[in-house]
Amino acid sequence: MHGSINRAIERFVRDTYGRDVWIELTKKLQLGFVEFEPMLNYEDDLTIRLLDELSRELSQSRADILEDIGTYLMSHANFEPLRRLLRFSGVTFLDFLHSLDDLQARTRLALADLELPMLELREFATDFFCLTVHSEQARLPGFGHVVTGLLRAMADDYGALVFLQHKGGRDGREIIEVRLLETAYASGREFELGARAG
Amino acid sequence: MTQNASIQQLGHLLNIICPMHAVLDHTGHIVHAGASTNKLLRTEDATGARFLEIFELKRPRRVSTMQELCAIDGVKLHLQLRAAPRTELKGVLVPLGDTPAFGPAGGAIVNLSFGISVLEAVKDFSLTSADFAVTDLAVEMLYLVEAKSAVMEASRKLNLRLQGAKIAAEEQAFTDTLTGLGNRRAMDQVLSRLMETEQDFALMHLDLDYFKAVNDNMGHAAGDHVLQRVAELMVAETRGDDTIIRAGGDEFVLVFARLINQERVSEIANRLISRLEEPILFNGRECRISASIGTTISGNYKMPALEQMMDDADVALYAAKRRGRGQHVLFDPSLRGGDSVVTMHQAR
Repeated sequence: MHGSINRAIERFVRDTYGRDVWIELTKKLQLGFVEFEPMLNYEDDLTIRLLDELSRELSQSRADILEDIGTYLMSHANFEPLRRLLRFSGVTFLDFLHSLDDLQARTRLALADLELPMLELREFATDFFCLTVHSEQARLPGFGHVVTGLLRAMADDYGALVFLQHKGGRDGREIIEVRLLETAYASGREFELGARAG
Repeated sequence: MTQNASIQQLGHLLNIICPMHAVLDHTGHIVHAGASTNKLLRTEDATGARFLEIFELKRPRRVSTMQELCAIDGVKLHLQLRAAPRTELKGVLVPLGDTPAFGPAGGAIVNLSFGISVLEAVKDFSLTSADFAVTDLAVEMLYLVEAKSAVMEASRKLNLRLQGAKIAAEEQAFTDTLTGLGNRRAMDQVLSRLMETEQDFALMHLDLDYFKAVNDNMGHAAGDHVLQRVAELMVAETRGDDTIIRAGGDEFVLVFARLINQERVSEIANRLISRLEEPILFNGRECRISASIGTTISGNYKMPALEQMMDDADVALYAAKRRGRGQHVLFDPSLRGGDSVVTMHQAR
């Protein structure tokens, strides 16, 4: 598993539940270190064990935790660069939804060895979509929940009002239903092209 | 259709395909400017301005009239804003001809782009995605720059951490933990570097005398304390770029780069011995030791060889021990066994 995924989980735990919870977790898992290196690779199994232990510790389902991680990544100041990268994809939330098809390719441009699941958007009506998440490609079952949390946060970011529902998964694929209730519900957060460039 | 209406229609089309454009009339004045061109010129409407008064044409050079402009049809243009922030631009111009189907007769269409200066330009002019043509890759390029910067930053941090770990590991690998002096590995490195660069040096082998007695009578803690004190003394009595090695137990090797004067070497050795003979206190009790030293100097060899020099320094050290300890002996070929000396005497 790419270190950046483990690092994201680590930052989520540290920023949401505190350093103590994280250190305790690393001890229980006998990691032998307390910090993941985002630029190194780790055994896939380690990520699963990490999530299972976290789920036990917090008494929450893995799905809920993964969704929280997705929301955290898009809304916490520590991951502002990531939010910006996603905002480059579209001027409106609808634009953004349609750009999800390119997310895997865009990610590869930045980090060639980070394997994210392919996303496929199908449009059933101008306000009703289905997003297929090929989570087996990320070798992380439940990745669709991360995407759900991420979409929820991005809708806020754009100021759009949406209804999202993870419809479960089968054969390494997960389906997310997206109902667009209003594209300009709130003012959303600012995004300037040149805020960090150069 | 009037000419004005035709220009408006053309402008509307160009605004979608290439929003940073200008339509020039036969005198080289702007009759229509794209939305992004206006933003670039910080004006509501750039119409009426003379193109070459706003933009300096850097390449090709020596173009000052509309006629000359029309002659560089389709050539890549390097332009620069005459006003601050003097943004550099790329461009291309297409003349419309004398009887154009659209636009002003004798005029031209110019399309502009930021090229690599887009990074500064988005900030300088507060550009948004809407300021670029849908087909323009500028936004993708900005995306890549940010993605690259974020990844490079993560890489840079990893490199710093790895470098720190490497330095620590190297220091550990070359250091004697008890005294903080270099170990044999450090000695090999220093000596082979001196040999490779053909620098002269003095090589000193130093053995503590009566150290075993301290260890046996007063315990290992006292022995360790003495070794640490000895290391401090040796550091204090030598120059910063001299190398002091704990070669094992109570054996030390000192390397003095660029030192070939025999009197000076003897001076240093004798001072070291007298300092080491000063009593060392441990838990209120006095520990008394001394040192025997054997030295050899690279300048005394026709072709200095490391192994030979190490061996000779050892021979000198054992001569010092034989002569009653607490002494310094400088290597001399006559020290190599009585046999050869005897043979020489017999030959006379």
